[in-house]
Order: sequence, then C-alpha cells, then structure tokens
Amino acid sequence: SRRVSPELLPVRHICVSSSLWKKNLAAAGPQKFTQEFIDKQVEEFEIGKRHLANMMGEDPETFTQEDIDRSIAYLFPSGLFEKRARPVMKHPEEIFPKQTAIQWDAEGRPFHFLFYTGQQSYYSLLHDVYEKILAMERHQDKMRNKGLLTSETKQILLTGSRWLLKEEIEEYLVENISDHDYMRLIQLMEKLLSMPYCSLEEEFILKFRKQLEVQSSKHEIPALQYDPQGVTFSVADGRRKTAKASITLRDSGSGNITINGRNYLHYFPLLQDREQLMFPLHFVGMLGRFDVEGSVEGSGHSAQAGALRLAISRALLSFVSEGDVEKMRQAGLLTADPRIKERKKPGQEGARKKFTWKKR
Amino acid sequence: MAAGVLSGVRQVFRGPRLVSAVFSCHGQTLSSASAAVKSAPDTAATEKILNFPLTQPDYFHLSELFTMKDLFEARVHLGHKKGCRHRLMGPYLFGSRLDIDIIDLEQTAEHLQRALNFTAHVAYRGGIILFVSRRRQFSQLIETTARECGEYAHTRYWKGGLLTNAPIQYSPGVRLPDLIVFFSTLNNVFQQHVGIRDAAKMNIPTVGIVDSNCNPSLIAYPVPGNDDTPVAMEMYCRLFKMTINRAKDKRRQMELLKGISASV
Repeated sequence: SRRVSPELLPVRHICVSSSLWKKNLAAAGPQKFTQEFIDKQVEEFEIGKRHLANMMGEDPETFTQEDIDRSIAYLFPSGLFEKRARPVMKHPEEIFPKQTAIQWDAEGRPFHFLFYTGQQSYYSLLHDVYEKILAMERHQDKMRNKGLLTSETKQILLTGSRWLLKEEIEEYLVENISDHDYMRLIQLMEKLLSMPYCSLEEEFILKFRKQLEVQSSKHEIPALQYDPQGVTFSVADGRRKTAKASITLRDSGSGNITINGRNYLHYFPLLQDREQLMFPLHFVGMLGRFDVEGSVEGSGHSAQAGALRLAISRALLSFVSEGDVEKMRQAGLLTADPRIKERKKPGQEGARKKFTWKKR
Repeated sequence: MAAGVLSGVRQVFRGPRLVSAVFSCHGQTLSSASAAVKSAPDTAATEKILNFPLTQPDYFHLSELFTMKDLFEARVHLGHKKGCRHRLMGPYLFGSRLDIDIIDLEQTAEHLQRALNFTAHVAYRGGIILFVSRRRQFSQLIETTARECGEYAHTRYWKGGLLTNAPIQYSPGVRLPDLIVFFSTLNNVFQQHVGIRDAAKMNIPTVGIVDSNCNPSLIAYPVPGNDDTPVAMEMYCRLFKMTINRAKDKRRQMELLKGISASV
C-alpha cells in the first residue's frame, strides 16, 4: 500500500465530553506551593506582625507568638466551639504543609544515592544503622583480640523512655512508611541495643527514643495551712456523678469523721459507703491520725461517698511522701471517675433498653 | 561551562532511545544521538571529547583490571547444581564436575571486558548508573560501592512502576537511569528480577551477572559468573567501582585540558 503524506489524510474531529476539561480534583493530589509563594507569605506575615504590634500598642521587636494569639483573640472574638475554625495568625511554616524540594541537580542527577528506591530517607537510615552494627562488631573483634572483651560494659539507660511512634518517625523522615517498615526499623534498633558496646552509639539511639513524663508529677498538691491552734490542715474538693464534696483534713490525732455536720455513722448507714471513706486513709496507713470534716451535696449516697473519697485522697497528698503519691496514683485513688448517666435516645426506652422487638 | 557541556550530553540521551549499543571493541561507532541535537558554540572540542573514546577498542585500559586467574581465585567459575541449570545458560558453561556446573572463564572474561567497557563509556558521558541486587547478604556492600563511586543503588523491594510509571512514582521531570547493573538477576523467590523486563521496556541497557540458574536473554551485556560467594561479589563491586572512577577521572581530565586549550 502506498504511504500517504500526513497533510493529505482526512482530518478526524475527535469529540470529547466536557467532563475531561474539568479539573480532576481527586487526581490532582495535595496542592503544591512554590518556594517563592512561601517566601512571599513569610514576608507578609512578618509585616503583618509588626502592624499588629503597633495596633495593640506594643513593641514590634519583642512581639512573640503568644502575644499574636492573644491579640487576635481580642480583635476577632469568636464563639465557635471548634478551636481550629477560629481566626488564626501563625508563621507560614506551620500552616502550609512541608513539601520535599526538587531532588536532583541541573543535569537531572539525583542528590541522594538511594533516590531510585522511592523511600530514600528510610532506606538510608536502615543503611546507617546496619553500618553502625557492623562497626560495633569490628570493635568487638578488636577488643577480643587484645583480650579486653568484658561483659560489664556501660549500658544505656532505657527506663522512662519509649521508641518513637510510626507517625513520629514519618515526621522525622518526611516520608510515608508502612507498618512493616516501621517494625523492621525497630527490630534493627533492638539488635543494635543487644550488642555489648552499644553505649558507643548512645547519642544516636536516644534520638529515636522519647522520654515519658512522670505521671505523678502532674497532680496538684493542696497547700498545707495552719490553724490558730497550730494544727496543720489541708482542704480539697472531689466530684462523682453530680455529687460535689469538700474535705478539710486536720492533723489532730483523733479519728473523727464529720459529714454535713453529722457523724459519718449516721450519714452513711451502709458499710460500703463508709469503707469508701476509709480506703484512702487505710491505704497510706494513717487511719487514726486525721480529723475529717466534710460537706457534700447532690446525687445519691454512693456517688457522695465516691466524691468524698476523691477529696480525702487529694487532701492527703500534702501529708504523704513522693513514693506514696505514685502508689496512690497506681491504686486509682487520685483518678476522678468519669462515668455519668448515659442519655436516653429517641426510638428506645432508655439509654440501652430497646422497645419490644416484633418479628412481624 | 562544564554544566553546559553535560547538558549537551543529556540531550543526546533525551532523544528517542535507539539502544545505545556501543560496539567499541569492533572499532565501529553507533552513536545514539538522534538527528535533532542542538549544537553548542564550542561544539568541535565537545564532540571530540565525546566521540574520540568511541573509536578506541579499550580506551580506559580495563583489561589490566583483572585476569582470568583473579576470576578463578574469586570462585567466579562455580555455578549451581546441574538440576538448577537454565536452558539458555548452556553455551556459557564449561562443563559440570560432581554435579556442579562450571562456568567457562574465557567467555566470562570476554563478556566482563565488554560490560566494563560499556559501563566506563556510560560513566564517561555522565550517565546515571543504577546498581540492583536482591541478595540481602550483599545489600550493604553494593550500597556502599554505589555511594563511593557517586552512582545509585537499589537493593530493596522493587515497587511496581518505578521505571515504567516514573513520573507518578517519583516526580514529573525525573531522569531515569542510563544503565542498570544487576549484581544478581534473581529476586528472593528465584524468579527473574522485574527490573530486567522493565529496563527492556524503557530501552535502558542492562549489564547483569548471570549465574547458571538465571535467564540471560533480556540482558544487553550478560556476564556469566557466580553471584553467591562473598569473594566474587566483592571482586565485582571493586571492578565496577574502579571502572566508573577511572572513566569519571578521565572525563574530568579531558574537560580540564579543553578548558586549558580554549583559554590558550
């Protein structure tokens, strides 16, 4: 067949539906911002910060982020419940998501030697960790040859810290990794830790561990006050369901308990409620030492007993040692019981009870 | 200035890829440049730098890097058992002894020479070389080799469209490797590595160390040899590293000479 030149071929009009012209929002992915755009935003933010400082009558040089937040909350008061929907003025770094810059130079050669794997930071991290393991093995062999190999080597303190979570590692690497990848990384770090000379890489390992806060330091200890008679006492509150209680613990040496002006035996005829009152004192072993004076209102007898128990435990914190505070926390004496009455739903008898089910 | 020269080189590779088979040992030159290469002002010197090495059979003197005795001592001739033999590897085998296939080192030396020569020419022209292997034993060694000679490595799980769907897998405008070197052509389940087929689809030349249980058909420069022994792998890594470094040094030297002669 003879070859026809392109100019003489019949022109075909291809009809395309308008849906192809519309921007495919789903396929576009997250919006990309150029570096110039971000720089312009940073510039505008700095200028706006100075204007805001002048507006509020403060010094533009020493205007911090807390001052900005305070000023914006004052100038644009918002009643919206969702904090993230309120007006905000923050540095563009915190608002626009971090994007990876172009990964190759002018000739198109990528900068990182593991670029073509697709997950360069993660695999580079694995490579470095394994390199450290090999270096440690070589060090071990050297020590063994010299005859200096001992099992009493300096160990890294790991108590009170945990491995970084998968989300935190992703933030550190600026890359998405799968659960399997994360597990693999943690296994490799554990292998590094299992070697005798791991203290050589202590700094590197601690970069991937996060310190856990000591929970007991968060409790607010009520201040110790002094009576005109010289008796130490402390005051604390407690709540349970709708019952509110207030307790005054006096260090007088007698074991009297008075609630709402009446003796606890009269106020709580039930043994269970009285046991609730006793438990904090019994736990720290100071049963006969304190004079308890309490007032409580609301809810029923069990909730009132629970509220009083929490108040007594909180008041006790100022009389008790650090170790005992932690013990009380672990016993659950300092945790407020969050359970409240569940609401009734429409279409049901009560919170959970349903109407009689009829098959037909 | 060097960037301008190398961007000229990149245009050579940007054109429709006629497989750049440089048969330099036969003395012929089949340049891969398509007709539409725009010439830079100092074209004559640049073209001389690029084309002169292609006229020489062993421009980088790579035959002095290894001898057959070195290959023997690195146990390159040891293949797998007779039962694992691939049909197409028959011509490359010397024979079998006690059921183990012995690879013909004369052919290996010849193929290795060709492969190293091609790698050197690609590195000389500023091409991207990617080392691939799925053997976990040698992954660290290969990554270190790649880092030391300024090239790239991929010894991890090969995701689906890395070569065939590159603009989506990486970013639009990414440049693909110009040569892929397989230090082991099989993956961890003893099937052919996906990269060989993908490179063939994308017209990227491949160099591969094929053992007696591998399929050499899709690889442009197969090198029959052992891919299981640490000694053999260390030797291959050393050879490729030395070749690439030699080629890059030579290129830098030529650029300097050109710069000196241009200013004179």
